[in-house]
Amino acid sequence: MIEIKKIWHFLTRYVDSFLLIGILALMAVGLVVLYSATGANIARVSNQMINMLIALAVMWLVANIPLQQMMRLALPMYILGLILLIGVALFGEINNGARRWLNIGVTRIQPSELMKIAIPLMMAWYFDKHEIALRLRDYLGATVLLLLPVLLILRQPDLGTAILITTSGFYVLFLAGLSWRIIVGLAVTAAGSLPVFWTVMHDYQRKRIITLLDPSQDPLGAGYHTIQSSIAIGSGGVTGKGWQNGTQAQLDFLPEQSTDFIFAVFSEEFGLVGNTVLLLLYLLVIGRCLVITANASTQFTRLIAGSITLTFCTYIVVNMGMVSGILPIVGVPLPLISYGGTSMVTMLLGFGILMSIQTHPKLVKT
Amino acid sequence: MKQHVELELRNHPAELHKFRFRLSICAGFVLILFLILYARFYYLQIIQQEHYYTLAEANRIFISPLVPNRGLIYDRNGRILAQNYSAYTLEVVPSQIQDLEATLNELAEIIEITPTDRQRFKKLLKESKRFKSLPVRSRLTDEEIATFAVNRYRFPGVEIKARVLRQYPEKEIVSHIIGYISRINDQDLEQLERNDELHNYRGSQHIGKIGIEQSYEKQLHGIAGFEEVETDAAGRSIRVLSRTTPIPGNNLILSLDLGLQEAAEKAFGEHRGALVALDPNNGEVLAFVSKPGYDNNLFIGGIDQENWNLLNGSIDRPLNNRALRGVYPPGSTFKPFMALAALELGKRSPEYSMSDPGYFSLPGVDRRYRDWKRGGHGRVDLHKSLVVSCDTYYYSLANDLGIDNIHSFIGQFGLGRRTGIDIEGEVAGLLPSSAWKMSQYKQKWYAGDTISVSIGQGYNLATPLQLAFATMIIANNGKAYVPRLVKQIQNSQTGEIEDIPARMLYSVYMKPKNLEVVKNALVDVTRPGGTAAKAGANAAYTFAGKTGTSQVIAIKQGERYNEKAINERHRDHAMFIAYAPAENPKIALAVLVENTGTGGSTAAPIARQVFDYFLLGKPAEAAVAQLTEPLADHDHEHL
Repeated sequence: MIEIKKIWHFLTRYVDSFLLIGILALMAVGLVVLYSATGANIARVSNQMINMLIALAVMWLVANIPLQQMMRLALPMYILGLILLIGVALFGEINNGARRWLNIGVTRIQPSELMKIAIPLMMAWYFDKHEIALRLRDYLGATVLLLLPVLLILRQPDLGTAILITTSGFYVLFLAGLSWRIIVGLAVTAAGSLPVFWTVMHDYQRKRIITLLDPSQDPLGAGYHTIQSSIAIGSGGVTGKGWQNGTQAQLDFLPEQSTDFIFAVFSEEFGLVGNTVLLLLYLLVIGRCLVITANASTQFTRLIAGSITLTFCTYIVVNMGMVSGILPIVGVPLPLISYGGTSMVTMLLGFGILMSIQTHPKLVKT
Repeated sequence: MKQHVELELRNHPAELHKFRFRLSICAGFVLILFLILYARFYYLQIIQQEHYYTLAEANRIFISPLVPNRGLIYDRNGRILAQNYSAYTLEVVPSQIQDLEATLNELAEIIEITPTDRQRFKKLLKESKRFKSLPVRSRLTDEEIATFAVNRYRFPGVEIKARVLRQYPEKEIVSHIIGYISRINDQDLEQLERNDELHNYRGSQHIGKIGIEQSYEKQLHGIAGFEEVETDAAGRSIRVLSRTTPIPGNNLILSLDLGLQEAAEKAFGEHRGALVALDPNNGEVLAFVSKPGYDNNLFIGGIDQENWNLLNGSIDRPLNNRALRGVYPPGSTFKPFMALAALELGKRSPEYSMSDPGYFSLPGVDRRYRDWKRGGHGRVDLHKSLVVSCDTYYYSLANDLGIDNIHSFIGQFGLGRRTGIDIEGEVAGLLPSSAWKMSQYKQKWYAGDTISVSIGQGYNLATPLQLAFATMIIANNGKAYVPRLVKQIQNSQTGEIEDIPARMLYSVYMKPKNLEVVKNALVDVTRPGGTAAKAGANAAYTFAGKTGTSQVIAIKQGERYNEKAINERHRDHAMFIAYAPAENPKIALAVLVENTGTGGSTAAPIARQVFDYFLLGKPAEAAVAQLTEPLADHDHEHL
């Protein structure tokens, strides 16, 4: 009895049960939708379960890492990520016209995925170092840390990831207290530089934006995804067509229906009622993350927790926005629901950090 | 404990406050974004739900038309004239194939594709939209189907389809009546759209183009059914959701007697011409010959260039429906109607006779209008004028009647206007009048014009169908029945046969005694002394008729017609109108034989064959041998 208690204690000591329940609930939803989206493909559902188990294990491991250790990891992880990104630029494999993957013999990896965690970690670490009195040059330094890898990712090109990473970096800057004047200035500059941005964009990227503005311009080409997913969601109505009864999904009218567009499958089969439940589940998880963030004790933990939380929100909003046709199509999975191991692991790694922040004794800088 | 103190120290309240404020802003922002998302879902799933539901249904439900089987066509005795058969066809969708030529060559290695097939396909290709499925070969054998099935993966865009195809077993014998169906072209589509019938033709590949197939298209086509098929994004059918079975077209039973038609065909031998035989009791078309005919099966799948050139370029003009659309001067077959006009309008009595010097001149004019017989016929009364076909009698009669009397009286026999037969394309011919000449040529009518009209020449033009119609009206004592080819319609669903009632347009009032005079004369035409005596010899029934000759080229004043000197194609056409048995007519007809000279010698014998078959059941034989020697002088009736 005592043994079992010990094991239970060992397993749950650094786990935030509130957050875990929320995550498991969303994962369950994910498996149910995936079963339908893959046409009752048990193999793929099991595969996703394995992904989830691995991701949960990673989360548990990370949750067990004391924060001092985590801080020490920030710089090496960032530098490793940067080296790998340079490696991609030099020796990367070209796939679909983009150079995103690096073959490291054993397997192929996508370093930009690592950077999703490494950059906020690095920036949070950086701000923690200069914590006492943050000055403009500190923000500039952090911005350089952010832009270096972002530029490399843009070159691949991978606009979606670059934007998401920039966003997660911006969250760190914002939460660290970047002056409002600079934020407004940046916003104005960004708006002003949009035309310039337009000219350097790749054709397919421009097309995606045009398509967003008017999907009917190219209903069989670039607009097809948006139109079909809007149809799926809209035709679901209030209560949906029922599990495994979504015609758009089951008859393959939806693109990428188990990965990026899985929300359309869910929405078609469970309707607005399902969407409400799903959004509430997400809000629950986000709420818990915010509480953890608000209670974090150090600059480093606050910033990293804030960035992870807000990035999680960004994923949800961007994915649902693109699937429902109000944002351009960028390759962003729906967190905890979309099929795929990498994003699942990255996501739970983030939650592991949050759990570690919540459950470890408040630390001091060494 | 020390740790905690330090921690508290580092957690400056102001700093923490600032952080929490910023975090709240972010949280608020996230909430707003979620609300926007929720608003979007609300818009899509509540406000626009119906719209998107419709789109989703349109995505998945493919309405697949089911083509109804076309109605069959029978003759009056139940012999089949147009039928359907199921066959497998090899079809190609050009838009799905990159190199059509190469694909055809490859196909030819496993399935026989003749040069004719290729030509036909090429013509079809030019006339069709590229996404339509076009047949390359039809009537594939089981072996060919198996061979293709094995090699199918090599030929994307090529498919074997089960089709119901049309066939006309009698080919050229009835081609001018039945016509044909052929592939629906752009004009047909426009027409269908205008008539709001397009929905009934989704999936149909063919439509009636000419003949019965065209005029009874509505009856024959049937009503399309459809299947709602659930399909996936790749277009594969998943399951049938609902099915409305098509209603096959109705069967047509023609008044045509195929046996009689064959007898008439045979009687023509190798000659070109036309014959229309009507039932004087109701206007039913018993035979409707236009020679030469053509193989109407060639047109169904689209005719190949070579065959088209052969048919369209032939000097014999096999595509020309002579019975319906060929206009010829009626020649002396016009005389019985002139005679009736004379009696009815009181310009001549049966007893009146005149002396025929062999020509006629208008008072005060030098020009002589010659009779066909040099020196004339001696004393001629109305009876004799018909029996020997005296021209002079009618020249003088014409002058007394005047053109407008001729026009209005003879117009009652249907000359100069369409009979209203139930196939399209009929022409009206021409029965001239002074008003017509004024409007056509801005010239007044001359007395001389009437002279040539009186013997069926001049401006006079009639179709064989019109002449048969006019003859029918004499035979049945004035009843103008609309000629019709379709006698009955059989409902495809119930099998019930509906009779199409005879339609009498009007009746021509003629005094019985006047009619009797003319009819008696017409009987004597086929008796010894008459112009058709040879054809009428030993007939087992009384046989009334009138010979005629239709001029192809005008003979100048002072010249004689010399058959031998004239190009075969410029020789006169032989005409004959007749009915039998004279006392109770069961059949009335008009015969035209092109470029064979006189009616008595070539056209009348054909009529005799047809009557013998129809009334006695006697099999026909070629009535007239190919013209090799000039006709004997004694029965050469010219003009």
